[in-house]
Amino acid sequence: MKSGNKMPGNNMTGRSGPGGQTSGEADPVRRRFLARLGMAAGTLLAIAAGLPVIGYILEPAFRRMQRQWVSVGPVDRFAAGDTVLVSFENPRALPWAGVTAKTGAWVRRVGDTNFIAFVLNCSHLGCPVRWEPSSKLFICPCHGSVYYADGTVAAGPAPLPLQRFHVRVNNGQVELETRPIPIT
Amino acid sequence: MKLWKKFLQWLNDRTGLVDMIVSQAVHPVPPGAKWKYVFGSAVLTAFIVQVVTGIGLLMTYVPSTGGAYQSLQYITNKAPLGSLLRGMHCWGASAMAVLITIHLCRVFLTGSYKFPRELNWASGVFLLGITTAMAFSGQIIRWDQNAVWSMVVGAGMAGRFPLIGKWLAHFVLGGDVVGSYTLSRIFDVHVFILPVLLASLAGLHLYLVLHNGVSEPPVPGHKVDPATYRSEYQDMLRKRGVPFWPEAAWRDLVFALAVVFAVLLLAWLAGPARLDKPPDPSLINAHPHPDWYFLWYFAVLALLPHALENYVMILAPLLIGLILFSVPFVSNRGERHPARRPLAVAAVIFIFPAIAALTLSGSNENWSPRVNTPPLTADIIGASSGPVYDGAMVFSEKACIYCHTIDGHGGKRGPDLSYVADRLTHDQMLLRVMNGAYNMPVFAHILSSEETESLLNFLSTRKKTGFVVGQGQPAAGNSSN
Repeated sequence: MKSGNKMPGNNMTGRSGPGGQTSGEADPVRRRFLARLGMAAGTLLAIAAGLPVIGYILEPAFRRMQRQWVSVGPVDRFAAGDTVLVSFENPRALPWAGVTAKTGAWVRRVGDTNFIAFVLNCSHLGCPVRWEPSSKLFICPCHGSVYYADGTVAAGPAPLPLQRFHVRVNNGQVELETRPIPIT
Repeated sequence: MKLWKKFLQWLNDRTGLVDMIVSQAVHPVPPGAKWKYVFGSAVLTAFIVQVVTGIGLLMTYVPSTGGAYQSLQYITNKAPLGSLLRGMHCWGASAMAVLITIHLCRVFLTGSYKFPRELNWASGVFLLGITTAMAFSGQIIRWDQNAVWSMVVGAGMAGRFPLIGKWLAHFVLGGDVVGSYTLSRIFDVHVFILPVLLASLAGLHLYLVLHNGVSEPPVPGHKVDPATYRSEYQDMLRKRGVPFWPEAAWRDLVFALAVVFAVLLLAWLAGPARLDKPPDPSLINAHPHPDWYFLWYFAVLALLPHALENYVMILAPLLIGLILFSVPFVSNRGERHPARRPLAVAAVIFIFPAIAALTLSGSNENWSPRVNTPPLTADIIGASSGPVYDGAMVFSEKACIYCHTIDGHGGKRGPDLSYVADRLTHDQMLLRVMNGAYNMPVFAHILSSEETESLLNFLSTRKKTGFVVGQGQPAAGNSSN
């Protein structure tokens, strides 16, 4: 750092030519000051211009999606005991999201007003699991994780059970509370 | 002609550029490099193809989750020359992957990374890393179903990073779901951030080649000694050096031409990567897989013992990068000729079949259940009704067939059951079906006792010998039950 501070001054005296004949006594102090001023200005301007950009880039990593209830259809649509795929739009999606705003869930009616809803994502690496009605298993096509009907791990690399949505029945509609992609 | 010369003189007087370019073009290089030194410039050529075709594609591509897929369909199916351009960009990426690998191996095998070219190598390793990131981000902004789910898997992998995993996953996604933010930031990374880094580092790489000189073809017994290397090298150049232009450059350009022709030909004949279904995360019949150059690593992750996954997923790429980076810092002197460096040759000879085998394994994906396998036919079952047939239907319906093969039909995740009765008795099979295993669910509460019995009836017919075709009855082996 020390030599770095001295370098510019040395160079300048070395190259100053006719104009460089000025009094040598005052120059080193002045030049050291100017060199430091220059470096400070450079650093500050980089921070001033860079911080907003860095903040803008990092901000989404801290953002938490506001959870929201979305309807996935009237209660009558679901037969007791069946596990069906529903799809719904993320209400927080940006206006230009298109079909990517959509997401899905495996919903099962277990009573009059009781429902269970599983996320589509395998707890291993997030691939979409499929429900096999005849064997009552969720199977992940990626690395062969298998879950029992209650979402507990039956086989394969899945480290955790299938995660669930909060479900409620509201005005005859089955509603799920949106949630982030599970990262395990 | 005279006017042209005058103009050049004027330009050179005002800029000094003509002298600079000419002096660099004709700088002396070691003789005898021949064709094995053309791969570096070929990588640069492929990169330029990527930049140019990328700029072209951006005239139409729409980087929004709502528009990307349609714009890709338009480019591929409607826009004049669109399919060719996408094809060139796609095959140009493959060309880069192949040529970088060859270039890396050539530099490694000829020991060209040794003194004073340690930083040539190091900058090359960073270029390789950035190119890898370009390949992945490029696959993502081909915003189809595969891209969406690959992004989910990518975030899942980032999530395994110690301590900051979750944060990292959300950083990559630009939020806590795959959405508009995700595509926009991956697009930014692919189109601005990485290309600028890549071009700057490629500039540095090239500058270092000029600064340290092209490495001379290695001679067995001629060792690199940092104390004397530079003076010997300069001496050699003075005595035997040839001007880069045109003595060496013609080969670079002829090979580069071949590369561009190959890319064009493949783009024309094979076309671009097929677009998958739309990027709708509620369509679940998805099966994400990477482009071919990542298949080997895809296979590594799938074949690992799962307990090691967290470490390998994150640490292995870092470790590979670190090992590559440290090569010249471990040894920057001594023999350069491959004939005197058997370990270096052995490393390359070992790695290639390994990568090839893993790539093959990655494209077969035998660890994946075949979730779309149709039910077994009467031909395979050997019956069209009766208990054996019923058992085979249980085998198909209860998803056994997704993981187990019968006569070539079904998945390969679990053992092949074509002749299972030759090695397991009825009771042994019963035990396995009821209790499951690490990679197999417990079927005790999934199958009724009738289903279990007919399933075992069917499996007991699966013998190489003693199987009575068309009888619909278990053969002799089952009679003990």
